[in-house]
Amino acid sequence: MNKTGKKIFINGNEAIAEAAIIAGCRFYAGYPITPQNQIPEYMSWRMPEAGGVFIQAESELAAINMVFGASLTGTRAMTSSSSPGISLKQEGISYMAGCELPGVIVNMQRGGPGLGNIQGSQADYFQATKGGGHGDYRMPVLAPSTIPEAIEHVMTAFDLADMYRTPVMLLSDGILGQMMEAVEFPVYKSKKKLPEKDWILDGAKNRKPRSVFSLMMQNPTILEKHNYKLAEKYKKMETEVIHETYLAEDAEILVCAYGIMGRICRGAIDMARKEGVKAGLFRPVTVWPFASEVVSKLGKKAKKVLVVELNLGQMVEDIRLAVEDNKKISFFGKPGGAVATKEEIFAKIKELIK
Amino acid sequence: MKAVYTKPISLTETANSYCPGCGHGLVHRLVAEVIDELGVRERTIGIAPVGCAVFAYDYFNFDVTEAPHGRPPAVATAIKRCLPDRIVFTYQGDGDLASIGTNEIIHAANRGENITVIFINNAVYGMTGGQMAPTTLEGMKTTTTTKGRDVKVAGHPLRVSELLSSIEGAVYIERVTVIDPANVIKAKKAIKKAFQNQIDKKGFSFVEVLSPCPINWGLKPLDALKFIKEKMMEYFKLGVIKDSTNSKESK
Ligand SMILES: Cc1ncc(C[n+]2csc(CCOP(=O)(O)OP(=O)(O)O)c2C)c(N)n1
Ligand code: SF4
Repeated sequence: MNKTGKKIFINGNEAIAEAAIIAGCRFYAGYPITPQNQIPEYMSWRMPEAGGVFIQAESELAAINMVFGASLTGTRAMTSSSSPGISLKQEGISYMAGCELPGVIVNMQRGGPGLGNIQGSQADYFQATKGGGHGDYRMPVLAPSTIPEAIEHVMTAFDLADMYRTPVMLLSDGILGQMMEAVEFPVYKSKKKLPEKDWILDGAKNRKPRSVFSLMMQNPTILEKHNYKLAEKYKKMETEVIHETYLAEDAEILVCAYGIMGRICRGAIDMARKEGVKAGLFRPVTVWPFASEVVSKLGKKAKKVLVVELNLGQMVEDIRLAVEDNKKISFFGKPGGAVATKEEIFAKIKELIK
Repeated sequence: MKAVYTKPISLTETANSYCPGCGHGLVHRLVAEVIDELGVRERTIGIAPVGCAVFAYDYFNFDVTEAPHGRPPAVATAIKRCLPDRIVFTYQGDGDLASIGTNEIIHAANRGENITVIFINNAVYGMTGGQMAPTTLEGMKTTTTTKGRDVKVAGHPLRVSELLSSIEGAVYIERVTVIDPANVIKAKKAIKKAFQNQIDKKGFSFVEVLSPCPINWGLKPLDALKFIKEKMMEYFKLGVIKDSTNSKESK
């Protein structure tokens, strides 16, 4: 069933699943958790139809390790979950980073900590961008704000994963997962010239045996060297910055938000502009690597910077590092699965220009 | 002159790091011989555990991957599903398989994954210095049961093979040991069957090997073998625990 080039009405979760299939994902493993259940549900019939493998894993731990296994055979592989399940995947993500295995992990974030609730949230920014799992690794993290953008960046995620042999996260939220939009699935074509997978394990036929591992303790310097090698790669990954600005060039109030909040903030900026307030938006699409230079420039020009997130303040730390002038920066957040409306954000903007 | 005892092709030249009298090296050799004899070296993918056998990828002369502690069955599942005509096996200790990885082994068995599992039961955590394993015998002294395993607080030793035998998806389960030549021959036969089953697409096959860890048992290598014979085999009975190979249609 070819879905490309047709306009269809679809929710974010299913769109992400279909986009993965179009991008050539042929292995999916997942474990049910709201608000992302439509991803495994959709994959359960769609993946076999596309000739791939679907497994309902016994846990998120198993699911990420299945992605690990599929990936080392050279198969494009994905798993998805929501916050509590993503916590369980961290060990596997760290191993994938250490073993240099590509793979895509989707987090449809919900409110936390603990079991929290099932409302959309942005509470896992730190976990996604600052490590999450153990060890000194970096991982590209893409945060779409609309369903068409989610589709586009599921494809970007697979390309980045194969380009750099790294896990890549699509950091979304329950709101985007549940809402529906009319979308047209693009034809997938890699924007990058991807390296040949000459490292996969598929049986040592006519070649030397290969191994995949992250344990390096034969001598004291080998892990240090491996980490420096990874660091070189991370430096290259840092060039893969994607961001969007909206009316930001002349903005006196620079609003910074990502994902679903980026979209809502756009509405608040339109309201502000209508009243003659020069507000603009900086919206990172990759939250790692972070468009620090862009926000630094914009932030220095603006009189005030307002960071809006669905948490108690996480990305605001990256904005502070980039803009440096702390007095300028304020934060408006909604934790625990609550959503900030454009009216509330507009009110906040007005407060700042007083 | 014909050499009667040579290194299997499926083993590398790398000297292994196992302690004298350890069972791991022996079982590696049996696995390697079986893979040679079945002629599947070039399509075999092994999954090494976290435990003393973590460096198995240096010793086996075919493709081998590491897996996080306890997760080899999940990794093997995906490899086998993606490459169904390859021979996929996990090699796991009793901390890896019977403690942290119980969930993964049970569900891989339950899905009837067509893989082979080699389970090394040495009644302790070898690599981390001899702490209690789920398989540690009652009264047995380890670094976390210095007065001997007290079943009232630490539970009884877990019989994983028996546990798995209740699972429909598990086709063949046998417990063997490597304490003397006769048993080594039996162990090899079991390992061969567990691989042959996979080739014949029979499904999940599991061989538990009672294996010595003299270092952490505080015993001389020969006494360790005696310990298996007199103590471990009392509790962990050798033999075929389940075999529905012949009643299973290949799948
Ligand atoms: C998540 C995690 N927990 C703990 C460890 C530490 N660890 C390494 S090996 C091991 C136990 C190994 O024992 P076993 O599986 O019985 O294998 P053996 O060394 O006896 O062959 C443990 C607990 C680890 N590496 N990862
Ligand atoms: S600690 Fe035990 S299991 Fe590990 S290598 Fe030594 S004897 Fe073998």
